[in-house]
Amino acid sequence: MSSVFRIEIDSKEKSSEAGLLGKKLKELGFGVKVVGVSAVYTIKYDFSDSQIKKIGDSLHNELVHNVRINKKFNEKFDWGLELGFLPGVTDNVANTTAEIINDLFKIDIGLSKVFSSKLIFIESSSLQRKDVEKIANELINILIERFHVKSYDEYVKDGGMDYITPAVKLTEKPKVVEVDLDVNDNELAEIGKKGVLDLDTKQRRGPLALDLDYLHAIKDYFSKQGRKPTDIEIESIAQTWSEHCKHTYFSSRIDEIKEGIYSKYIKGATNKIRKELGEKDFCVSVFKDNSGGIIFNDDWIISDKAETHNSPSALDPFGGAITGIVGVNRDTLGFGMCAKPIVNKYGYCFGRPEDKSVLYRGKNKTNPSLSRKRILEGVVDGVNVGGNCSGIPTPQGFVYFDDDYRGKPLVFVGTVGLIPRKLNDGSLSYEKKALPGDNIVMIGGRVGKDGVHGATFSSEVMDEGSPATAVQIGDPITQKKLSDALVYEAREKKLYNSITDNGAGGISCSVAEMAKECGGFELDMENVPLKYPGLQPWETWISESQERMTLSVPDDKLKEFMDLMKSRGVETSVLGKFTDSGKAVVKYKGKDVLNIDMDFLHEGLPAREFDTTPYNYDVKEPKITVSDHNELFEKILGGHNVCSFEFISKQYDHEVQNNSVVKPLQGKGRVNNVATVVKPLFDSNKGVVMSNGICSRMSRISTYDMAVCAIDTAIRNAVAVGGNINHTALMDNFCWCSSNEPERLAQVKDAAKACYDYAIVYKTPFISGKDSMFNDFKGFDENGDEKKISVPPTLMISSLSVIEDIHNTTTMDLKFSDDLVYVIGSTKDECGASEFYHAFEEVGEKTPKVDAKKARKLYEKMHELHKIGIFSACSSINVGGLGITLAKMSIAGMLGMNISLENAPNNKLSVEKIMYSESASRFVVTINPSNKQEFDRQMKGFVFSEIGEVTDDRFVLRFNDKEIISSDVKKLERIYKQRFKEL
Amino acid sequence: MKPKVLIMSGYGINCEHETAYAFEMIGGDAEVVHINDLISKKKKMSDYQIMVFPGGFSYGDDTGAGNAYANKIRNNLWKELMEFVDSGKLILGICNGFQIISELGLFSDEGKKINALLPNTNNRYTCVWVNLKHNNSKCVFTKDINELYLPIAHGEGRFYCDSATLEKLKMNNQIVFTYDENPNGSLADVAGVCDKTGRIMGMMPHPERSLYTFSQPDFHLKKEIAKRKGEKLPEINESCLKIFKNAVEFFKK
Repeated sequence: MSSVFRIEIDSKEKSSEAGLLGKKLKELGFGVKVVGVSAVYTIKYDFSDSQIKKIGDSLHNELVHNVRINKKFNEKFDWGLELGFLPGVTDNVANTTAEIINDLFKIDIGLSKVFSSKLIFIESSSLQRKDVEKIANELINILIERFHVKSYDEYVKDGGMDYITPAVKLTEKPKVVEVDLDVNDNELAEIGKKGVLDLDTKQRRGPLALDLDYLHAIKDYFSKQGRKPTDIEIESIAQTWSEHCKHTYFSSRIDEIKEGIYSKYIKGATNKIRKELGEKDFCVSVFKDNSGGIIFNDDWIISDKAETHNSPSALDPFGGAITGIVGVNRDTLGFGMCAKPIVNKYGYCFGRPEDKSVLYRGKNKTNPSLSRKRILEGVVDGVNVGGNCSGIPTPQGFVYFDDDYRGKPLVFVGTVGLIPRKLNDGSLSYEKKALPGDNIVMIGGRVGKDGVHGATFSSEVMDEGSPATAVQIGDPITQKKLSDALVYEAREKKLYNSITDNGAGGISCSVAEMAKECGGFELDMENVPLKYPGLQPWETWISESQERMTLSVPDDKLKEFMDLMKSRGVETSVLGKFTDSGKAVVKYKGKDVLNIDMDFLHEGLPAREFDTTPYNYDVKEPKITVSDHNELFEKILGGHNVCSFEFISKQYDHEVQNNSVVKPLQGKGRVNNVATVVKPLFDSNKGVVMSNGICSRMSRISTYDMAVCAIDTAIRNAVAVGGNINHTALMDNFCWCSSNEPERLAQVKDAAKACYDYAIVYKTPFISGKDSMFNDFKGFDENGDEKKISVPPTLMISSLSVIEDIHNTTTMDLKFSDDLVYVIGSTKDECGASEFYHAFEEVGEKTPKVDAKKARKLYEKMHELHKIGIFSACSSINVGGLGITLAKMSIAGMLGMNISLENAPNNKLSVEKIMYSESASRFVVTINPSNKQEFDRQMKGFVFSEIGEVTDDRFVLRFNDKEIISSDVKKLERIYKQRFKEL
Repeated sequence: MKPKVLIMSGYGINCEHETAYAFEMIGGDAEVVHINDLISKKKKMSDYQIMVFPGGFSYGDDTGAGNAYANKIRNNLWKELMEFVDSGKLILGICNGFQIISELGLFSDEGKKINALLPNTNNRYTCVWVNLKHNNSKCVFTKDINELYLPIAHGEGRFYCDSATLEKLKMNNQIVFTYDENPNGSLADVAGVCDKTGRIMGMMPHPERSLYTFSQPDFHLKKEIAKRKGEKLPEINESCLKIFKNAVEFFKK
């Protein structure tokens, strides 16, 4: 029996943590005082008293901390509330503590010996136990965390809180079972939907997301083999065939499109563009790797990838978001022979945080969803920890609010990478191939129950059966260690032949996928390092435990590779061999437990066919009379999708790696920018421009136009800061809903067609993409009535552009009084889905139409003008339209404007439409008055017009000499920054 | 003599390459070395004259920023470190590096912790640009520096020490930088301190992230001002670079 110790450490001063926690509880309606917050380390190991004191010393700074070992807190309080993790949840603090202890005594105490928790001492005479439990539920996520409450009297009587060591105890003996598929279709369907029946527990193991025709194919395959499949085989096929991995809706026949919309519209566009560009083709590696890659310069490639982590973020916002960002970093590490992540990007679609209505996953108001505010805070925090801890700047992102995201948020995360075109030995960095005989090597974290059924789960609609094991917490430092070892050492020494990320499906997918390069593999399950004993082999195989990569390492490099990883603190295991046998083979205890033809595993799924029915859009233009222009203007400027989200930009390190040029907050007034420029190499002035476009509200009118506007926005935003349309690539992230409905599929098809139509005119190839087809919430509302909430069909387009010189970039902030203000591009009667209509709770019908040929010419021209440095400020006209763009430029520069709106190129529109129409392909620029002639000459042939000048502080918009908006920049700033001030 | 610069790395430190580059810009001889290569004696601390603990997130700030990395040094490299200090060499800690050398007690004579870097008053990681005032005649790294414009990026940067220590630091001329506008609640606006000899300095803000004019958030405004005055905007931000230059020049004498 081991001894158990509790080391409690708290601040000598009243810590800011206690103060802020008290404030947070007050906001939640609990009028209590937080007397103290202690960090608790519970250690289960036979240490002597002097040893445990040494450990205590290693965990605190006596100048500022008190330490208590197995002792009570001596101050008066009313309730002690301890918060910790549930068994098996990644506990980074505990892992670091174990490392400190091991290093201190040069021992190895082994796994699951240290547990971290937090102890809160609360003072409040009126608080009842049930109130404290309510507080606990506000502070933890019951899917991953636990709490314990003691009253003061109990605490004194017991001599403190209890000694809890939440190690995972698995009682079932690990075994592999056969699954009988020789059953009727009802039972088969049950297996597909709810999983294999566990004969011991009589419970189903969780969703396989296998439809009946897939199960029949599996059944037929195994009856031809003359045997029953094992549970591992079924689970493995389910992972490989999941929607998450196979993208059935994009790859199957839809209506007349036999090859599927991905081949025809996305890949098809890229192929056509590359062919037309000929020698000027800048694509290097598209659609075949973990990221897409384009040329940066003669010696370097940049890669890009964007992912979504929607379902996990709905259940555990912090864990979902951190594993999302750290996971997409691995898509960079897994690009080619391993690219270095140089920029993180984010995009969040949320319900409004002030919306307090409750949704339930269970009947009778059980299993409530997290509040919108908790989702927002958790997601923002998850990317904070993931990005900051990894030393990757996170400058580029957006937040977009729509009530239809209240059931399920969308969490986009992306990473741009950098890799030399050639490695030291002259080989191409973006080519890789596992060879027969290579060792299957896994590096990084160990495998646990966490993340079991992640891939199949994200392919399903979220309802009460959503598995909690799909929730995980990231460990960015474990990944940072392996990332450094790969990028700076192993890659240069070429110690491996191939590398890929362990994402969805864990090693079942990464190994099987990499084995395609050589034709087979043989792996021994007992070589997989586990977090705790007792894991079932099928769980080990498909677990999505984080921070792991799979590599193929040849025998003659194996020792050097293993030694290197060990010296960098990276755990490494050899799992088996890649082969050319044509078979996927897994052994356990000397027996084959998985033995499937590679062909069947990868290509055996039955072809799908889909037919669509047109979606019925019920839309019309509203009649709106504006009674008070200033009031409306302020409402829109302070609106959710227009206002400042500085609180996010400021907590994401955007300066690390020293590559930041155009930053997330612009000018003295710190206005959120829509595009970012970085300079990735110390010795080159070349830059990378990044932006994105999302117009999902427009899906209520037309998904085709929605997609067009997203594309134009992503490109236009990049062009506004100096991007070069002739060296710009795009990525598509489709986040759809109810994709099994023919109407929804019609909407997908329309949007994909728009991608094709516009990409080929803009000559901006797609280099990577992702889809997530079921972003629906199914549950119950506050009355207990059934409720389905589908996200608006959402396409997030990312743009990635390379420019010659970062000195030729421009920001949006006004810089000098008396500078001339111009609008470029015409403003049309296109207020459909605008902020203007939204302010009146209308959507409208007339969406922005884009003339891509014209726009492309303009964007080329803009790039030329950036190069000659004629703009003193430049902004793309974006959400909110011309008026709001002008206001943001003013706030950014802390200067005023005097504008005559009627001079903006338009078709005799009303003043409100000139101000708020969200017509595409437009910019506002300012120039030094002495450059007027030159500018007018340069712009000949384009639609543009001078509309006013920059002033000191008054912000005035006129229409035919009448003052429509009369304000000043300080006031505008206040309105712009008001909404999320408290976050 | 051209001094050799040891840039520490590993376990989540993440500014080692830009810090090495800062030394390279002024012709320094910097080498990024993993802490385990010092422990395994593959590399020797005594071969270097300047040692830098760069910014980063060693051990994810678990158990307190800088604590775990400092423990690793205490447990494995303490003798070498003390020899390094005693031989009159230079040590610079930036951000996480400042946290590490504070936890190592390098600002006192006997390896005792005299200061701490606590969680920011807003208890949140914060990345903003700040102006620093310099008023110190002792610190080797900051000779001829007046003020600096550079970013902070940290969650635990609130400088703290007891009042007697603060008085002592002031008296001994050990406070190197103060914030113009305190971003994190630091005691007496302290952003950086040095030891009694002036050869060991720690600071929370990142000078290696402000080496070029284009890295600064007002670059585009400055660019436009320079253009209208017909002037050329200097490419390099000499004031931040000076920190690294001073260190190298210390050994050239």
